[in-house]
Amino acid sequence: MEQNEDSSGAPPPSAARTNVVEAAVAVLTLAVGIVVMVASRRLGAGWTSDGPGSGYFPFYIGLIVAVSSTAILVQALVGKHRNTGSFVDTQQLKRVMSVLLPAVAYVLLVRFLGLYVASTIYIALFMVILGHYRWTRAIAAAVIINAVLYLMFEVWFKVPLYPGTLEPLRLLLSGR
Amino acid sequence: MNELGALVHGFSVILTPMNLGLMVVGIVLGVLIGVLPGLGGANGVAILLPLTFSMSPTSAIIMLSCIYWGALFGGAITSVLFNIPGEPWSVATTFDGHPMAQKGQAGAALTTAFTSSFVGAFLAVVMITFLAPMVARFALKFGAPEFFSVYLLTFCSFVGMGKGSPFKTLLSMALGFALAAVGMDTVTGQLRLTFGQVELMRGFDFLVAVIGLFGIGEILLSMEEGLKFSGHAAKLDPRVVLQTWKQLPAYWATSLRSAAIGIWMGITPGGATPASFMSYGVAKKMSKNGQRFGTGEMEGVVAPETAAHAAGTSALLPMLALGIPGSPTAAVLLGGLLIWGLQPGPLLFVEQKDFVWGLIASMYLGNIVGLLVVLSTVPLFAAILRIPFSIIAPVIIVICAIGAYTVHNAMLDIWFMLGFGVIGYVFKKIDIPLAPMVLAIVLGDKAEDSFRQAMLSSQGDLAIMWANPLVGSITTLAFVMLFWPLLVRGIAWLKGSRKAAELPSEQPGH
Repeated sequence: MEQNEDSSGAPPPSAARTNVVEAAVAVLTLAVGIVVMVASRRLGAGWTSDGPGSGYFPFYIGLIVAVSSTAILVQALVGKHRNTGSFVDTQQLKRVMSVLLPAVAYVLLVRFLGLYVASTIYIALFMVILGHYRWTRAIAAAVIINAVLYLMFEVWFKVPLYPGTLEPLRLLLSGR
Repeated sequence: MNELGALVHGFSVILTPMNLGLMVVGIVLGVLIGVLPGLGGANGVAILLPLTFSMSPTSAIIMLSCIYWGALFGGAITSVLFNIPGEPWSVATTFDGHPMAQKGQAGAALTTAFTSSFVGAFLAVVMITFLAPMVARFALKFGAPEFFSVYLLTFCSFVGMGKGSPFKTLLSMALGFALAAVGMDTVTGQLRLTFGQVELMRGFDFLVAVIGLFGIGEILLSMEEGLKFSGHAAKLDPRVVLQTWKQLPAYWATSLRSAAIGIWMGITPGGATPASFMSYGVAKKMSKNGQRFGTGEMEGVVAPETAAHAAGTSALLPMLALGIPGSPTAAVLLGGLLIWGLQPGPLLFVEQKDFVWGLIASMYLGNIVGLLVVLSTVPLFAAILRIPFSIIAPVIIVICAIGAYTVHNAMLDIWFMLGFGVIGYVFKKIDIPLAPMVLAIVLGDKAEDSFRQAMLSSQGDLAIMWANPLVGSITTLAFVMLFWPLLVRGIAWLKGSRKAAELPSEQPGH
């Protein structure tokens, strides 16, 4: 269910129209509905010896997804009240992407460096690049925020967070 | 009375220094969540849920419900001071709250908002105290078909009562059900819709969905505007508070009416947001000063705040008594109950008396503590709002990631969270409501189980949904709700053909 469809392919000055995005989403969910229906059929959407099969309920769910998607698609394309207003303008899209893309990079970073190190780097970079802070202030703020998070989760409420490949380091620290 | 005895017992359970401390911590965290954009009641509670894994269920629910009360209070602060609703249910508060602040009456506006919130919540808790045990006792007689019909009613009223296209509500709901179906089938143990991915065996956790849909989605939305805060400084002078309190009793009728609207909208899954708008609209129509609404009328703050808080509180009634949450936040709390090993539903009132009455007692106490805390800490939270967004945005994303990770200690969940964030952003922009999806993810398996049990006992005959008067009337009501917009249009059309279309925009009076 990853649908990173944002219809960002619109030409720079004019932004995507809302009903076009609506139609795109409806096409995607229509596909989801059909996939669910097919997969449920394969599981057994009928009646088995011990009641409704595993696919019985999901099959009809898939059907509802497909039918409502089709209705939305039709309304978005030829409906009387279709919203032809702007979905996002390029300026807004740029702003949204300036948060979304770093967030993706951040999650990638978490995979390798663990939550704390990645979060510190992420917050500091975000502050410097988007907030135009000085390095020293950004790093200080990021370190303090992560120290607070560490105290709150690990020390106070005893919930360990993702260490990534830095796990051995933690063992070293606690081993002493 | 039986309930009063139980309530006193509940107070004796929760009155420990530890629990009172958790209450204050919960309220403060809650207000913080309510104030920050991108963090709201539902995803705030979802993020902080893992913090409670090591606590006893009673302490845990006290802290979480207090976070919820705090979030309800907190939404008002940003509405009044910054004209930015911190929560969707405080949008209506901005209409008169912000003009009051502009006239230099920020203190009075905040006091009014907090006090009205408190009154709304208090009336709703009183209602829960007496009504919830009754509903639970009644629901003890429920079998699988009855439960399925109640689920049906919940979802049908979403479709019928929702604004905008019913197909969008339907789509959101069905997508939620489909997501809920992913993973192991609870009845046969078969793997469903996993497409051979081992990681999908667990299915999608709704907490991750909530954090992504509401948290990340909201941040992306706020980012569009390149959010800049510019607000009024606020200080709450005790004298202003007392003066406001002297004026408030004059609006008792508005308060009671708004609380009634809120309670009704909270029990049926209407939710706090429509309740606040409806209450504002009704107050505007009924009040002598109706024309002055929008220019900084105190009554215009009383109405939405009372209703929002009453709705937010009474959404817990169906969650406790039936195991069916009335709002996304109630759904998250329900998820918490399951994690702590408690089965929500009518049996809770029989088997977990300490827990249930502890929770209800904590609602009384939590709201009193909440009122005191917010009245005394407004300057602090107003100051937090002056922290630039370029610090707040990454911190919120980090907190969301931590929240998503801690649910199952699974890295993959952070990716799902991002995916749900994009979905939340796009859906919100094209008016596909998110609440039905969340409720469907939570209730999907249970609704399916009760459906299959019902079908088993009837050998696949759908007539079991009308087998006795109880289940029959609930099912029928569900279908009435589902087709409500069509019915209203039909009636209007009949009337219109008789006397030349007199009521163009008559709202259904639910």
